[in-house]
Amino acid sequence: MRTSPHLIKPTPLQVVMLKVAVALLPGIAAYAWVFGAGILLQILLATVTALATEAACLKLRNYPIKPFITDGSAIVTAWLLALSLPPLSSWWMVVLATVIAIGLAKHLYGGLGQNPFNPAMVGFAVMMVSFPAQMSRWNAPLSLPSVDLTSWQQIGYILSGHLPQGLSFDTLASATPLDSVKTALLQQHSMSDIFSGAIFQSADCLSFLPSSVALIAVAYLLGGLYLLQQRIIAWPLPVAFLTVLLGMSGLFHLINPAQYTSPAFHLLSGAAVLGAFFIVTDPVTAPTTLRGRLIYAALIGLLTWLIRTFGGYPDGVAFAVLIMNIAAPFLDQYTQPAVFGRKPQRGVKHGH
Amino acid sequence: MALLTQDESKTIIQNSIWQQNAALGQFLGLCPVLVISSNIVNGVSLGLATSLVMLISSAAIACIRSLVPNELRAPIFILIIAALVTMVDLLMNAYVHDLYVVLGIFIPLITTNCIVLARAEAYASKNGVAQSALDGVMMGLGLTLVLAILGAMRELVGKGTLLSGIDLVFGAGAKSWVIHVIPAEYNYQFLLAILPPGAFIGLGFLIAGKQALDRRAETKAKLAAKLALQAVAA
Repeated sequence: MRTSPHLIKPTPLQVVMLKVAVALLPGIAAYAWVFGAGILLQILLATVTALATEAACLKLRNYPIKPFITDGSAIVTAWLLALSLPPLSSWWMVVLATVIAIGLAKHLYGGLGQNPFNPAMVGFAVMMVSFPAQMSRWNAPLSLPSVDLTSWQQIGYILSGHLPQGLSFDTLASATPLDSVKTALLQQHSMSDIFSGAIFQSADCLSFLPSSVALIAVAYLLGGLYLLQQRIIAWPLPVAFLTVLLGMSGLFHLINPAQYTSPAFHLLSGAAVLGAFFIVTDPVTAPTTLRGRLIYAALIGLLTWLIRTFGGYPDGVAFAVLIMNIAAPFLDQYTQPAVFGRKPQRGVKHGH
Repeated sequence: MALLTQDESKTIIQNSIWQQNAALGQFLGLCPVLVISSNIVNGVSLGLATSLVMLISSAAIACIRSLVPNELRAPIFILIIAALVTMVDLLMNAYVHDLYVVLGIFIPLITTNCIVLARAEAYASKNGVAQSALDGVMMGLGLTLVLAILGAMRELVGKGTLLSGIDLVFGAGAKSWVIHVIPAEYNYQFLLAILPPGAFIGLGFLIAGKQALDRRAETKAKLAAKLALQAVAA
């Protein structure tokens, strides 16, 4: 047993960021297994661009470069951004998105700890708004019986924009699960037709999952549980987010299963798990009080479900996070816990 | 006696175009600045229309300033401004109809542009006719300058062109005047710059640029004053 004083040193930022990066590794591995090695190049491009942008911004702002560039926060932003763009998007897209995330969303607001918006999500949203066509070009998972590119061909396509002779992107393309459900429901297809589509056929060894893409979500979940166990992230955020997302989708799925997809589908497609453990939990842009965190994450879950179900975009995590980022300081202000030893003052009207 | 001395007009011009620039110094009239500045042609057209209104309204208000009862000045000023805007609106509808369609509601809305009323209230109601007219038109031109620069930035980043839409002003023959900085066959497009966020980001950079230049001038002036003092002491 240790004797007093029980001093706790705050974990250095580098260690936090290292653990977040480690937690992303299973997700990245699953991603590369499902979609091909192209994602590894995207992550490399994003990392190099993020570090270069970070160094340039620090230099412009007359800050010391070394302590800030080695804190690892830019690398985590870059990885999250690379993981949210389509795996075969051209090299300039991930570079532009990273420059916007680090330069515009982080350093224009004052750098590390000062940004009101999640930088990776700003980069993603800018690309989504500016290049809607390119952002919907996802290639089919490798497990599907379609034309597949080898790793080298994927890397060549990302860098040059040219496919091997005789191939067009349409032969490789496939809508994401969220995308195909959204389009098919608009065309009045029935749920059972939609879920017999090719994207919902999983590889033989993964028959317990609804689609190959869902494997990535499971891998992110593993990383997220590791972060929870290490107490790097605050539990109210992922719990409230996932509870509301699953609760809303479950409720409406019970009422009308022909129109609303199941909670399992919402959990395992798109950015739900990545968002829950890696994006909603960003300590800079989330509130700091317990009640504030619960409200914040719950509303992100609600908005995500609303955007996915009724909105114009297939996935809503990024936009929901950005909208709630604006509300975070407000939530912090109105959810201050009572000072220890005092009764919380209820029903006191201000200005009287 | 001249209506307007050279020194006086120099001060007014400097003040209106730079120090108290409507968009970058006073932050007035930002709504049209943000919406209409998606390219140079739209921005400059609306800026010039605003300048024309400000020239005449400031002069007219300065003329009648001694007759206006203090309590009633706001409705009277607005009435004059609204009458002038209606004239500009009809003129643009008649002579540059295509552009009129593009600018739409923002021409009648010049009436409510706060920079017009702000100059009437803060300057024209207290100064002579010539000074007020010069102040009005220069404030308008300062705004036009910002609209032109912001429009050029957004157009260049967003579509890779300059002067697109010039044919709306000078007829179909002017189509070839459009400068394609990035050749048209690349189909370059970066929507963010054309959409409202681009306007906010661009205006932010312009304001930051103006303040950086001001700060640099300030330090230079301080340094010069210090050197002059030292020279005197020596």
